[in-house]
Amino acid sequence: MNNDVRQKLLEAVERMPAFPKSVHQVLELSGDINCSQKDLVEVIKKDPVFTLKILRLVNSPYFGLSREITSINHASVYLGLNTLKNVALGLAAVGAIPRSASDRLDMGAFWLHSLAVAACASMLGRKLGVSRDDVANYFAAGLLHDIGKVVFALYMPGRFETATRMAAEPGAVLHHCEREVIGATHADIGGLLAEKWHLPGELREVIAAHHSMGEGGDFMLKDCLFAADQISKKLSFGSAGNFDVEPLPTGVGHRFNMTMDELIADMPSLGEEVENARIFIKLGESR
Amino acid sequence: MRIRFRGTRGSLPVPGPQTIKYGGNTTCIEVRADDGSLLVLDAGTGIRELGRELVAEGAASCDVFITHIHWDHISGLPFFLPLFVPGSRVTLHGPGDPLNMTGIEAALARQMEYPFFPVRTAELAADIRYRTLVEGETVDLGFARVTPLLMNHPAPNFGYLVRCDGRTLFFTGDHEPFGNIYLPGDEDFEAYAALVTERRRVVLDMLRDVDLLVIDAQYTPEEYQRKKGWGHGSMATALELAREVGAGMTVLTHHDVNRTDADLDGLDAWLRARWKDRGVRFELAREGLELQA
Repeated sequence: MNNDVRQKLLEAVERMPAFPKSVHQVLELSGDINCSQKDLVEVIKKDPVFTLKILRLVNSPYFGLSREITSINHASVYLGLNTLKNVALGLAAVGAIPRSASDRLDMGAFWLHSLAVAACASMLGRKLGVSRDDVANYFAAGLLHDIGKVVFALYMPGRFETATRMAAEPGAVLHHCEREVIGATHADIGGLLAEKWHLPGELREVIAAHHSMGEGGDFMLKDCLFAADQISKKLSFGSAGNFDVEPLPTGVGHRFNMTMDELIADMPSLGEEVENARIFIKLGESR
Repeated sequence: MRIRFRGTRGSLPVPGPQTIKYGGNTTCIEVRADDGSLLVLDAGTGIRELGRELVAEGAASCDVFITHIHWDHISGLPFFLPLFVPGSRVTLHGPGDPLNMTGIEAALARQMEYPFFPVRTAELAADIRYRTLVEGETVDLGFARVTPLLMNHPAPNFGYLVRCDGRTLFFTGDHEPFGNIYLPGDEDFEAYAALVTERRRVVLDMLRDVDLLVIDAQYTPEEYQRKKGWGHGSMATALELAREVGAGMTVLTHHDVNRTDADLDGLDAWLRARWKDRGVRFELAREGLELQA
């Protein structure tokens, strides 16, 4: 990437909003089985937008409560730690990302793809024995891996449209087209955004490198994310502008000791987990 | 109204020589109206024997109210014979799962999914109906009226108030006393305390003067101190609640899996000594115990 391109990317990244601290903290707390109810409540309460979303969800017909929940404390008394934690986790992840004002990216399809990769990466991580604490990172990595596309769509819409149009041709690959048109890929700019957001090092690295696999097998999160991305595309869970399903590199195949089809067969509840996440797309996107 | 305990354990069935008197099956209660009409509270492994008896009499018709879908409250369901008998009618009532956006039908469908179980719900022969309840709505079965109330547990979990033959029964499979997450001196302590008081008030109002209270009392007070937040109460908190609402009779249930008959006898004696002359009539739930409400 030359300096001009890098400068343009940095400018685009600068225009993205900050990653809410509360969301960071909820992701962290949700990974901790011993997280205290008070800590969780305190984090949520400090973020009014987050609070509003949670109240909207718990007062929705899905919960069917007989009285209106008017505060996070109220929700905490009524629903208890686990339910609140699950609600917060789902909303936190989706709500962190700005709703795209661009028509270059179908955000519904984008979110579905991202959530499918998040759910799948978590399942793959669990399959490899990743601890409960760390699985939250797998979810976050899946959710955020394509975030660079949002930056492109928002701040370089013309060139991103050219790249996505090229990628729609049979055999074309989006990140190659991006490099040709923009001089950098969504993974590159995603990595820069992850730096601005001060995401954990492993998360930054995996976002930046999710299309640079080589033989695979360098670290577990990266292998899981790559496999999850391909599986989600193969199963057509949403779409993020890239339809090319890449084969699993040798190192990734060795990691799981399975082919992609065998991995898919080994995760029969994936579809259900993705379905479950849909409500969070709806509510997370609302402002 | 006649009540028969079919399963009294929490968490897991524990059959064996140490659990003969109080039973080893998980939660299930048979409730009969004076005219013989039947409703069932929870479908732990105790429901299997009930199902066998019902089928022996021919096609059955009954309503099962599930408190929540933790394993110990539903694991008998796939073995409930009326589900397999043509001409039977079984209605499953219970809470939905708002996070997964599923209704009570998921309780049965999920646990019978291949490869967990060889038979799928689609292959069941009975007329099976589902009714996902929301808090506060009353189901009128004709012979009884049943109202769910959200209790304090890590999963959406109902307690059920049953009105039948002019008597009342309240059953809560699992319930932990509401607590304050703040400490005295914290800024939000008072505000949270007010909300807790309000929630308690709702429960107390619903249970006021109930004829029969069947309540989760899994822990001793000492155990409870170590297991706060696990979603279960102690014998002491259960009896306090019974006293506060003026329950006619209280049955302590959801026995911890680690308790032997001797342990439970010991606890029974200890409770009787401690609660003597305090105006609370109680029993420890035993499999097969029958009570007239």
